[in-house]
Amino acid sequence: MGKKFLLEHVNVPGIETLPVYQSKGGYASVEKAIKTMTPEQLIEEVKFSDLRGRGGAGFPTGLKWSFMDKKSEKPRYLVVNADESEPGTFKDRYLMEKLPHILIEGMIVSCFALGSKTGYIYIRGEYMYIVRILEKAIDEAYKAGFLGKNILGTDFSCDIYVHPGAGAYICGEETALLESLEGKRGNPRLKPPFPAIAGLYACPTVVNNVESIAAIPTIVNITADKYNDVGIGKSAGTKLISASGHINKPGIYEIELGLPVEEFIYSDEYCGGIWKGRKLKAVVAGGSSVPILPANLILKTAKGESRLMTYESLADGGFVSGTMLGSGGFIVMDETACIVRNLWTFARFYHHESCGQCSPCREGTGWMEKVLHRIEHGHGHMEDIDLLVSVAKKIEGNTICPLGDAAAWPVASAIRHFREEFEYHVKYPEKVKDPKHFEKEPFVSESLLMNA
Amino acid sequence: MAKVTIDGIEVEVPDGTTILNAARKIGGELVPPAMCYYTSLKDSGGKCRVCLVKVAQGSTKDPRPMPKLVASCRTPVMDGMVVQSKSSAEVLEARKAVVEFLLINHPLDCPICDQAGECDLQNLAYEHGAAATRYEEDRRTFEKIDIGDKIKLHMTRCILCYRCTFVADQLTNDRVHGVLSRGDKSEISTYIHKAVDNDFSGNMIDVCPVGALTDKTFRFKSRVWFTNPVDAHRNCTKCSGKVILWKKGDDILRVSARKDKYGEVTEYICNECRFEHKTVSDWTTEGPRHVEHNSVISQNHYERTDLLKLKKEIERQIEFEKGAHLPPEPSPKLHE
Repeated sequence: MGKKFLLEHVNVPGIETLPVYQSKGGYASVEKAIKTMTPEQLIEEVKFSDLRGRGGAGFPTGLKWSFMDKKSEKPRYLVVNADESEPGTFKDRYLMEKLPHILIEGMIVSCFALGSKTGYIYIRGEYMYIVRILEKAIDEAYKAGFLGKNILGTDFSCDIYVHPGAGAYICGEETALLESLEGKRGNPRLKPPFPAIAGLYACPTVVNNVESIAAIPTIVNITADKYNDVGIGKSAGTKLISASGHINKPGIYEIELGLPVEEFIYSDEYCGGIWKGRKLKAVVAGGSSVPILPANLILKTAKGESRLMTYESLADGGFVSGTMLGSGGFIVMDETACIVRNLWTFARFYHHESCGQCSPCREGTGWMEKVLHRIEHGHGHMEDIDLLVSVAKKIEGNTICPLGDAAAWPVASAIRHFREEFEYHVKYPEKVKDPKHFEKEPFVSESLLMNA
Repeated sequence: MAKVTIDGIEVEVPDGTTILNAARKIGGELVPPAMCYYTSLKDSGGKCRVCLVKVAQGSTKDPRPMPKLVASCRTPVMDGMVVQSKSSAEVLEARKAVVEFLLINHPLDCPICDQAGECDLQNLAYEHGAAATRYEEDRRTFEKIDIGDKIKLHMTRCILCYRCTFVADQLTNDRVHGVLSRGDKSEISTYIHKAVDNDFSGNMIDVCPVGALTDKTFRFKSRVWFTNPVDAHRNCTKCSGKVILWKKGDDILRVSARKDKYGEVTEYICNECRFEHKTVSDWTTEGPRHVEHNSVISQNHYERTDLLKLKKEIERQIEFEKGAHLPPEPSPKLHE
């Protein structure tokens, strides 16, 4: 049984209310941080904890905080990115729904560390019911004196606002989020300047994921030293994984970073193995944007080492034989899954969600979707496969924000690892016209057959 | 001041200058193309991605190269920066990719488009595009709409450079049009039942790099290369009154603002000058408009060539090719 920092008390009845949350040790970190620590000490503590951003990129949180422009006379802002829209990722929804106070507690401590008097939670519009849960929790915190003026009798004041988005994936990109929060069209900004220098209303701003902020109270409570004992190397602490797909027990799991992927998929404590006794075919390890890996490469790295759930181990082998931990959206596919259909679904998503600001992403995502649609529906040609690789390569790195990369990586990796399946779609157009073709007749790679 | 080296040629520019403007100071073929950037419009640029360049050395202080290609129109230079534009295969590849992306949904209706001959996309595709398309799907289409009594919008031709929205934002009092929807479905349009109607709206036509916004008083009257452009001016209370008249015989087919060699308007003009004065007696003619010799408009267009100036310019280009320092621009006094 791994250590649990976030979800330890998740099943306690009434944990979403302040009295129950406090009885389980809630808000202790606010008192400790504000009364006994300085903001500089707090930032050092977070740096030392090796906490890395849980939103996908894995950028060290403490380092991000230390970039905040301290000389500026302008007000500083903390913005929590709760615009969780990545296909396969649903951890923040669970966290905010069950434990709204852990986010608020983390925000108060973070605001104190950053010298910010205002914190915003930018939450995706589809999570309207969570807006109500959060607002109720914020009201409770105001009444108990954890928010508002002179928190706990000190001269630190802090306000938190919840702001719902209007249903755009792109608003999860930090600068598009800030644009949207300012009331404009959610188009990503050109960087530099980075938000730490000129973010919300051109003031120094830190944008953090919900889970990163929720980890702050634990770091303050148990000290950074104890926090980074959990995990391996630069992947410290625990991480929420949203497991979905063809597994026996889909759901949210809090794991200690460093858990072997094999154990995560097959142990009864976590995913409980592949459903219906089938075989594992492929895994998308960190939400739809990261490269897909076939079964052999997700369990073992190219060097033959056992693959672990850490930022480094999953990225081992680069994009040739590795992937990314991303936001922890763990999508498992069994032998009946059709990689082409799955990829088409992802491509359709990115086509729909591209903001249309810069040309490679606006035109390229639509192009890839249309070609994949054709291949999946039995109208593809052999040249289309190389065309897809070429289009993906031309989008990657040439766009304003990472959405272009996120759309290109899955296409490039799926063709890299499952090229034969794409060729099968072109060779047998009549078979693949049935969307359930692989359920009746699972795909077997011809090269494997020849080896056998 | 910052010293920056672009394709081996060193140039000194004030701090905060963008790479694109530093390259334009050098001039010649190393200048990255620009479809969305417009010097006089604040916040423009960064969107079309054709001006991507490689920064091989960030600055003297921090010599690391930048990890990705950067948009030269929005990246300021640093002292000691080394930039590769035309000399990098990666940059040319990216430029070609962007041109391909810009063209996949473009209708390619140049034969019936009023912009043909003075279209930035045409020029760009001529230089960086492929001869054939790899795109076999349906192209996105939109209905043509009137966004004002003098301006027609062909959204199918638009490359979403956002320049016209910046014109409306920065030149006029209130903007009633903008970008609706997202992704490849995004379109320039007005708010419901609103029309673009103000004294400077016509400048949207001039800043549009393609034939998406066209002058309704000129539509289908003539191909631009059959007209004779002359510089002219009139006394105007609203604007400078300095324009180009596009004439055919004694008829003025179109009036437009003057543009520099990078296709940017030097002085914006008002709608009265643009749309309402179409008789020769309204204007004081200054002389023939200089047209770049590589433009299709220079067909049938004769002007005295300053041979001495041309010789100096050729010598200067030869100096470039040797990779030496940037030779000073020939002094104007020399060839007068």
